Amino acid sequence: MKKYILNRLGLSVVTIFIVATIVFFLTRILPGNVARRYLGRSATEEDLTKFNAKFGLDEPLFTQFYSWLGDLLTGDLGTSMAFNKPASELLLPAIGYSSRLALMSFLIIVPLSIAGGIIAAMNRGKLVDRILTVGGLSAAVIPEFVWAVTLILVFGVTLEVLPVTAFPTRGDPSLFSQIEHLILPSTALLLVLFGYIARITRASVIESLESDYMRTAVLKGLSRRRAVVTHVLRNALLPSIAVIASQVPYLVGGLVAVEIVFNYPGFGTILRDAVGGRDYAVLQSGVMLTSLVIVLFQLAADILFAVLNPRIRSRISE
Amino acid sequence: MNASTSVVRAKSNAERKTIRAERLKLLRRNKAFLVGAVILAFWLFIAAFGSMIAPHAYNAMDFMAVSKKPSGTYFFGTNKLGQDVFSRVLVGTQLIVWMSFTATALGTIVGGTLGLAAGYFKGWFDIILMRLLEAISAIPVLIVALLAIAALDGQSSGITVGVIGFVFAPNIARTVRAAVLSEAELEYVAAARLRAERTPHILFKEILPNVLPPIIVEFTVRLGYAIFAIATLSFLGAGVEAGSPNWGSQISENWAFIFSNIWWPTLFPAAAIASLAVSVNLISDGLLEVFEV
Repeated sequence: MKKYILNRLGLSVVTIFIVATIVFFLTRILPGNVARRYLGRSATEEDLTKFNAKFGLDEPLFTQFYSWLGDLLTGDLGTSMAFNKPASELLLPAIGYSSRLALMSFLIIVPLSIAGGIIAAMNRGKLVDRILTVGGLSAAVIPEFVWAVTLILVFGVTLEVLPVTAFPTRGDPSLFSQIEHLILPSTALLLVLFGYIARITRASVIESLESDYMRTAVLKGLSRRRAVVTHVLRNALLPSIAVIASQVPYLVGGLVAVEIVFNYPGFGTILRDAVGGRDYAVLQSGVMLTSLVIVLFQLAADILFAVLNPRIRSRISE
Repeated sequence: MNASTSVVRAKSNAERKTIRAERLKLLRRNKAFLVGAVILAFWLFIAAFGSMIAPHAYNAMDFMAVSKKPSGTYFFGTNKLGQDVFSRVLVGTQLIVWMSFTATALGTIVGGTLGLAAGYFKGWFDIILMRLLEAISAIPVLIVALLAIAALDGQSSGITVGVIGFVFAPNIARTVRAAVLSEAELEYVAAARLRAERTPHILFKEILPNVLPPIIVEFTVRLGYAIFAIATLSFLGAGVEAGSPNWGSQISENWAFIFSNIWWPTLFPAAAIASLAVSVNLISDGLLEVFEV
């Protein structure tokens, strides 16, 4: 088990290193152009030299890469070119806000999607099942921003029952008001992620329902409901954990669009401004932090999966 | 070529044909697939002929008719610039259709070739490729695309297509590799090797036809993601030309007006995106069901 965890940890480090390499060299594909693109056409050669010296862009590419990596490892996220202050001052509060929205969404998405999958599986082939699976997957392919504007139109503008921004603006927001403001953005994310998680849960519940241990449980006199709760759920939740972890990148991608529609001061808004303003330090560090979060989630899911699944556990300890 | 090897090949060809006929029959009975196919055919038709059907020029502005409700003259109403929303939706169709199809085709060709090679050669090539894939999939597609578009200074749809195709390639490679791994063990591949066929011949003429089903399914799944990603990128204002009638751009320019109850310039392109995305999803779902039976 220890060996497995160390192995996974090692692979995660390799993944992060590759991501860093891609991120760094992607922003430098057109060499020497960072200053020109940032300062614009009217900048003189002297301006460019000064700018390059200030941000260390005049050094050889690999020297820049290694010093950037070193800075990242010591927690230095670079300097925002647009705001002329540490990128961490912009990114960390934004990531805090985004995590709040992501957490709220997860608290809604995970139980609802798993419940949806279980209901579909228990009614396999019936109308409820068709609606949940076909409807869920159809909703999942519609982009979050389309859902977001539709939800605002229906619940914010037409029915006027929910706030249309994700952030309470006036006065001292109570916890209730904060949660209320996050309902619509979380719903937009729910609609996109529900289908995938529900589908996997449904498939694994169906597999469990048809298994030998389920037949044994019923034969030894357990009611179907009781057998499902004690036997099926335990086994069926495992694949759900894996798929939930695999959805984290999509959740993060979705946050960008949703935050912008709901005018939420999170990571997505910062990222959009950094793209618009060609603020490379913020972009690079922002993408690195995102990938780090995603890789950590996947690592945690892998380990949790191994701990909970006796078959994998025994294979690992061999 | 001796008799026994030609038997190996002929048999697999005949089998393939029966399987194909069987699957087509199943597809014709799959309601979700049929609905998806009809909707997609509709959008393909609009993509081809939309600019001819459009009653107004998509960029013509009528300042006497700004933000007009849907009516007999303007079926979907007009936006804040007095442009006909109906015509803009029609003309915008070809943009998202060609962008998403080209991006997916690009990703399938690049990823398919990499996957074929990785599954067939295995060894270090496979290991390195798999590591790279895992790294790329640790960054959300949307964020890689934003990063690349910012780096390439690309306010052009061509660059967006290239970036999406590149980002999709790893996932397609993974699917193809998995399919090839089991194929490469089969007799007909060994037979081809014994005939001393050249490697490209074995890869593309022998193995490729047998791994086509997963590639086709993967293509339609990725096509759905491409529509999703391209619509979102154009909504974020990345990778499309300014003033283009791209559906995502139309929503980003007009959605703030829904607060004044001017919903038509937002809702019609939104419905268009939704129906196109759902149609592709119904098709890929139908294919998945049939191919996995």
